[in-house]
Amino acid sequence: MAPPAPILQMSGICKEFPGVKALSGVDFRLLPGEVHALMGENGAGKSTLIKVLTGVYAIDGGRITLEGEDVAFTGPLQSQQAGISTVYQEVNLCANLSVAENIFIGREPRRLGRIQWKRMRRRATELLAGLDLDIDVSAPLSSYSLAVQQMVAIARAVDISARVLILDEPTSSLDSGEVEQLFRVMRRLKAEGIAILFVSHFLDQIYEISDRMTILRNGSLVGEYLTSELGQVELVGKMIGRELADLEKLEDRPPARTSEPLVEAEALGRGGAIEPFTLTVHKGEVVGLAGLLGSGRTEIARLLFGADHASTGALRIDGEPVTLRTPRLAMNRGIAFCSENRRAEGLVPDLTVRENIVLALQAMRGWSRPIPRRTQDELVDKYVAALNIRPADPDQLVRNLSGGNQQKVLLARWLILEPRLLILDEPTRGIDVGAKAEIQRLVAELSDGGMAVLFVSAELEEVLRLSHKVAVLRDRRLVAELPNDDGLTTGVIMETIASGGRS
Amino acid sequence: MSSDILTSARLRLPGRLRSAYIPVLATAGLLAAMFVAGGVRYEGFASGQVVLNVFIDNAFLLVVAVGMTFVILTGGIDLSVGAVVALSTMVSASLMTDHGWPPLLVVPLVLLIGSVLGLAMGCIIHYFEIQPFIVTLAGMFLARGLCYVIGTESISITDPDYTAVAQARIALPGEMSVSVSVLIAVAVAGAAAYVLHYTRLGRNVYAIGGSEQSALLMGLPVARTKIAVYTISGFCSALGGVLFSLYTLSGYGLNALGMELDAIAAVVIGGTLLTGGSGYLAGTVLGVLVLGLIQTIISFEGTLSSWWTKIFIGLLLFAFILLQRLISARRA
Ligand SMILES: Nc1ncnc2c1ncn2[C@@H]1O[C@H](COP(=O)(O)OP(=O)(O)OP(=O)(O)O)[C@@H](O)[C@H]1O
Ligand SMILES: [Mg+2]
Repeated sequence: MAPPAPILQMSGICKEFPGVKALSGVDFRLLPGEVHALMGENGAGKSTLIKVLTGVYAIDGGRITLEGEDVAFTGPLQSQQAGISTVYQEVNLCANLSVAENIFIGREPRRLGRIQWKRMRRRATELLAGLDLDIDVSAPLSSYSLAVQQMVAIARAVDISARVLILDEPTSSLDSGEVEQLFRVMRRLKAEGIAILFVSHFLDQIYEISDRMTILRNGSLVGEYLTSELGQVELVGKMIGRELADLEKLEDRPPARTSEPLVEAEALGRGGAIEPFTLTVHKGEVVGLAGLLGSGRTEIARLLFGADHASTGALRIDGEPVTLRTPRLAMNRGIAFCSENRRAEGLVPDLTVRENIVLALQAMRGWSRPIPRRTQDELVDKYVAALNIRPADPDQLVRNLSGGNQQKVLLARWLILEPRLLILDEPTRGIDVGAKAEIQRLVAELSDGGMAVLFVSAELEEVLRLSHKVAVLRDRRLVAELPNDDGLTTGVIMETIASGGRS
Repeated sequence: MSSDILTSARLRLPGRLRSAYIPVLATAGLLAAMFVAGGVRYEGFASGQVVLNVFIDNAFLLVVAVGMTFVILTGGIDLSVGAVVALSTMVSASLMTDHGWPPLLVVPLVLLIGSVLGLAMGCIIHYFEIQPFIVTLAGMFLARGLCYVIGTESISITDPDYTAVAQARIALPGEMSVSVSVLIAVAVAGAAAYVLHYTRLGRNVYAIGGSEQSALLMGLPVARTKIAVYTISGFCSALGGVLFSLYTLSGYGLNALGMELDAIAAVVIGGTLLTGGSGYLAGTVLGVLVLGLIQTIISFEGTLSSWWTKIFIGLLLFAFILLQRLISARRA
């Protein structure tokens, strides 16, 4: 059967930012009724291609045709009107508006120009119910987690009955159940003949949902392949331009040396957020926190960092009872927290990579004792190289980095503190497979050097690969603590979550 | 930050008090308290006409503050409003008194001038990406300067129709009455509240105040909305100028000095966030009433100098900004 004519065709696309050639001569096509994955490392140019297509940036060269007609959009409004509906990387919604408005703003149901709020809320509720999300749609978006916000963004894009749907890393904050919901919707749309462009760094998801993929490397086209004809190893090879052997190497983690406890939480809890839990983190130990979204993973992290106050229980550091009233106090005790929400509470987009990286270290030292420039350069260079931050230019503004590279900068900020306990909340969100392996190896190295790590991740494989023990959470309760021995698999963890640890 | 799905489920209490309403309710409470305190302390204070007089004396400020609300909701600011009020009084007075133009021609022209000024500032702010503070500051100097091009002296308005309208009182039940200006101001406030709540333009204003970048990526007409907002503010300033000239029956380049600050104060006291994206027009109305009632109380007091007005406004502003700070801190 001959493939149908492409609905969207981009050819010879070039885009240059000052000092960076983000896209050079990229060809891309999208067929109706297919899910097309756009693949590439962090900074390969995926988001840029999407932004060029939808008119956020003007192209420097090349042609875009939509259904055979040349188009050049001047902005998202125009491309949306032409039938291209987009979820951009990072949640781009207005947190001050209600959930319902975020879904419908710009196309609110109206009568005689008057917005029908009731109808809008009802439709929003129905739409979210279709994604298995039952929330109060009149509450402001800011009162919900990143995952819910991401689902809302997806609901918005899906409801704009478009011919082309673009999803740039829509699943980065979602857990497996929500991803399934999304895939169900994507399959339905696909059957209706809608062309879907999908970006994700989760290879499993790519293989599950996509029919075809286009691979970019350093802003150039590597090729277009049928997903069924390209194996995972080959795919990674084409993405990073070399073989990836690092992933397996970590499998044999040396058992944690039985050392003194560093942080001991005893019946620590906070009403409404997390039920009292008891958890000990030893020096040099990596403790994984596993559980579904909303199970209380982040809440534990925040309690241990002093970002929230415990209402019950006691905390001991080095055997000494402490109350962490503020993050500052926790930092003084050698605890660092890399938050999951990089945009809202992490990076300063208008500062350079160097400034962002040394920010926390400088704050620890106090502003009266500036870090000498040479030390700064050494530290920054070391971590830019270790994490493979690209472009490797410390003076680049963070705002101009790709999403994954921004995440690496945030990670570097906390790593240079060399804390005694590092709390990582979803540290590898949006990070490509190669860099993920690098980061995992770095974490392993640091823990071998004596640093304790609390590792929060929705990806169970990752938790398993790194941790010495895994604490399993469910419904805001710590239900089990499992040593990571040979018997522990993702299956066992899933079962523990499902059974609530009663086995 | 991370209230998860479960938290949100817990938050679904019916009739939960939105934290966005708190500042407006606080202002309403303050207003009620002031009125009761005034009524207890002064003879003849607790009458409907006293309240209506607050409206009569501040109708122009209300209209100007309505325009300012639109601008502040997008996260912008308009410093030119006082100067545009002055320019409008000057143009009206000059055309009617010196040139004998009929009011029916003068008023639309004045409104057009104000709108065009606002439109121009909006375009500069959006297309050249210059801060609203700077652009409207320049607009303020420009408008004040234009006043003096027309004349340096105060010009009184003698047009019989105009004075008739100015002096007309619309009787209300209970031997109370209001001026035409009050009706206009209330109509403007009502229309603005409708636009903000029930039209796409209004919702886009809130979206831009929340995040301009997101609004753009969601496919909202950001350029059109931002320019519209400054145009509305220019129109409201010009209309405020017309009401001001009805109130004083004169035009003068030094009219409405510092009125931009009164308008901003009213909007902030009314609970609108200066960073944009949160606030209600009802709050602005209450804010103007609070400012007006302070003046009334001070005049009832008799011995206090009118500078006390400023002191009270200053204290109130501090209090309300602190309140907003607390609310947004709790929300985060
Ligand atoms: N506004 C900008 N100014 C300068 N450089 C930019 C800008 N936007 C992107 N770049 C650069 O263009 C390149 C491609 O970035 P892009 O965001 O498209 O990557 P990506 O493939 O989406 O990566 P990720 O997987 O991390 O999201 C990067 O080197 C980035 O630093
Ligand atoms: Mg990207």
